[in-house]
Amino acid sequence: MSIELTSKPHLAPGVRLGENQGQRVLLMPERALRLNGPSLEIVQRCDAQHTVEQIIGELQQIYSQADPHKVESDILNYLALLQKERALDFA
Amino acid sequence: MPSHLANPLALIAELTHRCPLHCVYCSNPLELQARSAELLTDDWERVFREAASLGVLQVDFTGGEPLTRTDILDLVRAARSAGLYVNLITSGLPLDEAKLAALVEAGLDHFQLSFQGAREEIAQEISGTKAHAQKLRVLEWLRHHRLAVTLNFVLHRRNLEQLPEMLALAESSTASRVEFANVQYYGWAFANRDSLLPTREQLTHSIDFLKSAQGRLEGKLRVEYVVPDYYAKYPKPCMGGWGRKLILITPNGDALPCHAARIIPGLSFENINSRSLREIWECSDAFQKFRGESWMQEPCKSCDRRAQDFGGCRCQALLLAGDAAGTDPVCQLSPDRQKVDAVLAQINLDAGNGATAAQAQTAPHPPAAPPTKHEWLYRPNPS
Repeated sequence: MSIELTSKPHLAPGVRLGENQGQRVLLMPERALRLNGPSLEIVQRCDAQHTVEQIIGELQQIYSQADPHKVESDILNYLALLQKERALDFA
Repeated sequence: MPSHLANPLALIAELTHRCPLHCVYCSNPLELQARSAELLTDDWERVFREAASLGVLQVDFTGGEPLTRTDILDLVRAARSAGLYVNLITSGLPLDEAKLAALVEAGLDHFQLSFQGAREEIAQEISGTKAHAQKLRVLEWLRHHRLAVTLNFVLHRRNLEQLPEMLALAESSTASRVEFANVQYYGWAFANRDSLLPTREQLTHSIDFLKSAQGRLEGKLRVEYVVPDYYAKYPKPCMGGWGRKLILITPNGDALPCHAARIIPGLSFENINSRSLREIWECSDAFQKFRGESWMQEPCKSCDRRAQDFGGCRCQALLLAGDAAGTDPVCQLSPDRQKVDAVLAQINLDAGNGATAAQAQTAPHPPAAPPTKHEWLYRPNPS
């Protein structure tokens, strides 16, 4: 299972952003993932419009102090985790 | 709130004990509550708002059969507008296409459909109702809606050999998640335990089968598996720890730390019509009783695993060892583990006598349990 750079991730049915007591969370069956900083930036771009490549590019700009390779691998790992949780579909 | 006390994450809303099914392993208590005792719509709406302000993220609508509540659409709407993620745990029986569409429209996030097996005969034997064909219809209707779908198969000795068929059913549906949950033994299931507990051979086969399925289906279908506690080496962190993550509200509004807590002598439960949910969570006796570690005895008290499993299940400790504050007897460190082993030895001995050696060697799947006459205790429907 690998993430295609040209695919466009979007939240799977029944997966949505929520908020409780000021904390953004990703809600899904039997799970809620806390979203902070980079994870929130990634999830907000899982909208079937951005390609994985574009998400990487935009986050490399936001986190321009960080090593761009590290940003890329962190994003791919996070998307793979969400895919494993069945929180994402890829257009 | 005391700083060490985390907020609850999920509310289990047992909306009713009424149910068209009579499953022999029902998780409802032996003493079922009548319709006349059930909370009103307004009460539940207030509970959802209080829960959300307490930090709860998800609500599970369960029962009995939650769809027997005539106000179910109002309840879904109210929970969703309180900000909760709304799960419906249902048999799918009192449902038609229009009702499903209305539930989705009202804001239902996740539909969890429970199955008694992969075929009508076993479903009927276990639930005392003809239920399977309707579930297959519901799976077809679900194709037309955008929401999360989980299939839940409850496993035991009488249906474990249908596991490949169950998985195929899940794969052919729109489900993103399938749960294979072995029966745990409280209440009705405890009464029917000798007819339900799987053999060790069945269990080993099923674990191998599902491990390979998990690998094959990763990213497509989440396959989750729960083994029977009796076969585990260590106990499960029951309810994620007592009074630590979950609040269960019974049909009449009593707040419980777990489904079976009512069997524990000396515990009294407060009602959401007498106190706020926050007060109940933070300081009611029932939620405090086994919270944290101060109630623990040896071997839990000094055990490295105590922050992982919280001593296991209080109700199981009571049922098997007669002390709700004892170590869960399924734990291999428990002084009462031999009581569990004795039950397992009997089940595996009985099963061994029924299957021939040739069957055991050549069967691709474990042989079905020997055909014995089962004297089921069916769960009735409350008035």
